[in-house]
Formats: sequence, C-alpha cells, structure tokens
Amino acid sequence: MTTAAKPPTRRSGVYPAAARAGKLRRRHAVNALMAGLVGLAAVLATLPLVVVLFYLLKQGASSVQWHFFTNMPKPVGESGGGMANAIVGTLILIGTASLIGLPVGIGGGLYLAERRGSRLANTTRFLADVLNGLPSIVMGIFAWQFLVRPFGHFSAWAGGVALAAMMIPQVARTTEEIVRTVPVSLREAALALGYTRWRTSLTVVLRTATAGVVTGALVAIARIAGETAPLLFTAFGNQFWSTSLNQPIAALPLQIFTYAVSPYDDWHAQAWAGALVLIALILIISLVARVATRGRFATASD
Amino acid sequence: MTGAAVSSEQAGSPRERPTTPSGADALGPKRLGARIQGAVIGDRIYSAAITLFALCVPALLILVAVEIFLGGWPALRRFGFSFLTSSAWDPVNGVFGAAPAIYGTLVSSAIALAIATPLAIGVALFLSEFAPQWLRQPVAFLVDLLAAVPSVVYGLWGVFVLLPVLRITVMPFLRDTLHLGVLPFFSGPAYGPSMLAAGLILSIMVLPYISSVSREVLLAVPRSQREAALALGATKWETIWGAVLPYAKSGIIGGVILGLGRALGETMAVTMLIGNRPQISASLFAPGYTMASLIANEFAEASGDLHLSALMAVGFVLFVITLIVNAIARWLVWQVSRAGGEKTA
Repeated sequence: MTTAAKPPTRRSGVYPAAARAGKLRRRHAVNALMAGLVGLAAVLATLPLVVVLFYLLKQGASSVQWHFFTNMPKPVGESGGGMANAIVGTLILIGTASLIGLPVGIGGGLYLAERRGSRLANTTRFLADVLNGLPSIVMGIFAWQFLVRPFGHFSAWAGGVALAAMMIPQVARTTEEIVRTVPVSLREAALALGYTRWRTSLTVVLRTATAGVVTGALVAIARIAGETAPLLFTAFGNQFWSTSLNQPIAALPLQIFTYAVSPYDDWHAQAWAGALVLIALILIISLVARVATRGRFATASD
Repeated sequence: MTGAAVSSEQAGSPRERPTTPSGADALGPKRLGARIQGAVIGDRIYSAAITLFALCVPALLILVAVEIFLGGWPALRRFGFSFLTSSAWDPVNGVFGAAPAIYGTLVSSAIALAIATPLAIGVALFLSEFAPQWLRQPVAFLVDLLAAVPSVVYGLWGVFVLLPVLRITVMPFLRDTLHLGVLPFFSGPAYGPSMLAAGLILSIMVLPYISSVSREVLLAVPRSQREAALALGATKWETIWGAVLPYAKSGIIGGVILGLGRALGETMAVTMLIGNRPQISASLFAPGYTMASLIANEFAEASGDLHLSALMAVGFVLFVITLIVNAIARWLVWQVSRAGGEKTA
C-alpha cells in the first residue's frame, strides 16, 4: 500500500513518465517474484509428505504380507514374524479410549453449543483448547501417576485413559462447531411442536449434525491411533498375545518404536511395514471422515 | 441459538402452563400435568448430564496438573530452583538438573519455527490468495495430512533417511564447503543424531498447525480490506503486504505460538533423532536432549523414586510452559477471529 501511494509524489521528477514506468515494472516484478516464492513454499511444504509416503511404500511394502497380520512377533533371525498382537492391541486401545472419550466429548460439545456465552461455556472452551495443546507425553505421565502407580502394574486401561484424555477436548470442540451450524429454525420448529428440550437436542439437533459429529470423532480417532508417547509407560507394549484390559498390551506405534531403535535389520523391515500399516489405517479413517461430510459441513474437517 | 430456544419456549409455555383449569380438554388435567412434569424432569436430567460432561474438561486439566505436580514434588522440594538451572543430570548419584533438557527444548523448537514459519505463511497465502480455486482443497488436504502422520513414523523416516543425508551430505556441506564451521553452531563432528536433525523434523511436524491457523485467519480478513488496496492500484502482493498481512498479523503470530506449543512437547520423533545426551553444546551438530525426550527415554527405566520424581518434575515444567504458550496463542487467535467476525458481520 505504501508503494502504491508513492507514484503521485514522483510526478514532479525529471522524467516522470519513464520513472513511473520503471517503478511499475519493478512493482510487477516484485509481485511475480513473491507469487513464485509463495508457490515454492506450497511445493516445499507438501514435499516431505510425498517423500515420507514414498519411503514407507518402498521400504515397507515388501514386508506387508498376509502373515504380517496373522503372526506374532518372532525373535531376530526368524522370518515370518508379524504384528497381529500389536494390531489387535491398537484396536482395543482405540476402542477403550473411544468408549470413554466420545460420550464425554460429544456431551461437553453439546453443552458448549447450547449454553454458548455462559461463563462456564467460555471457560470450558478456552480450557479445552489449552488441554488440546498439551504434549501427549504429559498425558502419559499423568495416566502413569493416576492409574499405573497406584495399581502397581502397566495396563491397557491406563493407555486407554491417556488416549481418552486427548480425545475429550478435541471431540468437544469439533462437536460444538458442528452443532452450531444446525439452523436455529430446526430447533425452534421442534420446540414449537411441543418437543421437550432434551428430545429436541438429541433427536433433532444432534441428529441433523450426525455426519459432522462422526467426522469429528473419526478425526480424533485418527489422531490417537498413531500416538506413541502416552502409551510408553501406560499400555507399555507386550510381546505376547493379550487382550486383557488389566495387562500391558501391545500397540502398533509402540512396536514400531521398539523395532526402529533396535540394531537389527529384520526388525527395521518390520518397523517400516508396521508404519505402512499404521499410516494406511490413519489415511483410511481420515478419508472416511472426509467423505462422510463432503460438501455438507465445510468446516468439519478443520 | 440459546436465546432463540429460550424465547420460543417462553412463547410456548403460557399455553402449556395454565393447563389445569382450561386447556386440558384432550388429555385430562392429571395426565397432562404428569407429562409436563416428566418433560421438566427430562430436561433437568439432560441439562445436568451435559453440564457434567462439560465440567469434565476443567476437571481433567486440574487432575493432570495436580497428579503431575504431586509426582514431581519430592524432586522439586529437594533441588529447589536449582532444578531449573543446574546442568547435572546424574541418576547414579541422585543429582538432577533440568537445564540441558530445557535448553534443548528451546533450541530445537527455535530451529523448527525458524524453518517452518516462512513456509507455513507462504502455504497459507498460496491457499487463501494465489492458488486457483480447484487447487485449494487438494493442497490444503495434503498439508493437513502432514499433521496426520504419527510422530513415530516421522521418527522412523528420520532415523533411516534424514540422518544419513545429514551426516554424509548436509553437515559436511555446511561446515566445510560453506565454511560455516568457523561459527560455533556448525562446528564439531557430524554424527547425525543432533539438535539440527530434531529441529528439522520438528519443522515438518509443526508446519501444518501454523499454516492451518494462518489460512483461517487470512480467510477471516474482510474483502473490503483487499478491495480498498486493489482500488488504489496496488498489485496483488502489495495488497497482501500492505492490507491483508497487517490485519491478520496477531492471528498469524497466534498460529506460530501454537506451533511452538506443539514443538515444545513433541516426543517420539525428537527422541529418535536428537541423540539423547544431557549436555549443553553451542553446536547444532551435537546431540542433546529435550524435556519430552528425556521423559520418554528414562521414565520406564528410572533407577529409583527420586529419579522418577525428577522426571515427573520435568514433566511439570513442560506442562506449565506449554500451558502458558497455548493460552497466549489461543487468546491471540481468538482476538482476531472475534474482531474479524464482528467486522464482516
């Protein structure tokens, strides 16, 4: 804007027309240069994703065979090892976290949307955002102190609670955003027909917002599916088959970490394969989330 | 929505409330009374339930703070303020100072932000101002996907792809070919696992957070702001530089601080790439530690109660720092979106 305002003062120059033409050329050159740089930034920013996915496919694809999903981990040197226990463990952890986190998160989101403007809603919204930004490792040591230390052993429960604690604020906020997009007229129509408030909220408002709420839930699930730090000293990992919530349980991200920092090539290959499976799982969940709300709630995925 | 709901119910209630004498033709006074009673109870239960769920959020934050503080209290009491300033981290002799981890956290995050901020703002500008309409959604999706890749996968990729490249190509190039080795930051042997590696991987990981907030803020800048500048004859870039960016400035800063919060607490990828050594070194080629990686690395094998407590205390410090950083960021972003909302409305 400052440069845009200057030309009038230059009119008193010796060669006004030429000077202005030169200045204009320079301004257009700067404009083109910056447009180029911005485009370059977009390329550079998406490049890592392409490179990471390329390496995952290159290094992991050969190890992802049927037995990878059905076999247990094998010691170094034995071929045919798999991550069956870790895959099931991750699903169990996701399930536990969802059972705790989704109802609380969605309920809290309904409150935030319906009591918008109340002091508790404003405070809760702010704290949810703050909680959302807390490092996942902090959730891990919280769950350890809260659920592992008193009981004296690692457990799938503790891991599930740590992950649920990460889901709650996020689901609450996305639910709120979606519920707020439901037209007021729908709610008014239901109330005018004599619906009670709770039936209006649950069977009219929440039902209308279902697709968006499901998307929010899926995005949260995709996020916790890959979390490792909160599980390090809660779910802990397990080399054996275990589906008990009271025992340490294996998880895909934990297994990838263990194998990646090990010194064995066999295990490195397994780590790549595990990472490929994990990212495929997360991509599928994310894509389902996108498709579920395509064109209906533009803000849903953000 | 709340206001409308209340008013519509008030509009309905005068018809319903005095049912007992007059309006009870269809159901009979008692049954209608019972139904209304039931509705009132249902509403109360519903209202109590969602309030309870909402209260879970502050309760959770308080619970996390209290549990971690209690866990770290023995170490904090024992070492006092020197816990933050001492660089001795010696589990064998039971002496703990978190200074190297705090230093490493700050430096790796600073590297990450220095790289990610210009790129992220560039992407946000590309998506909000420059890109053709058909390209915006796909590129935004790809950048969002960067945030969906798990930390441990970035770590894996970093260990087997990024570290060799750094060790063999980038570090010798910076140090010898560009003669930056005279600076303390780029001196010393190139091992691979280093502050630089951690900062690089962090920059990839925080970029999507900064760019998505920036894009949102840029989209909230009123059209009139752009049109006024264009009408004065400004080029596209002059419009952005003179009219759009100043308007969005504090929101973008909020986004950067939000990215800082992510970088400070990022654990797995950093743990795998930073070398995990409790030392303060000026060289970015040297290994270091961050608070998060210190906890991740030593917690499960802590050698005693004091060691555990010291790690919890590090967690508490991290908790407090990220809490403050996030609160500032949210406040800044909230200010802008509120102002933008008011002006566009």
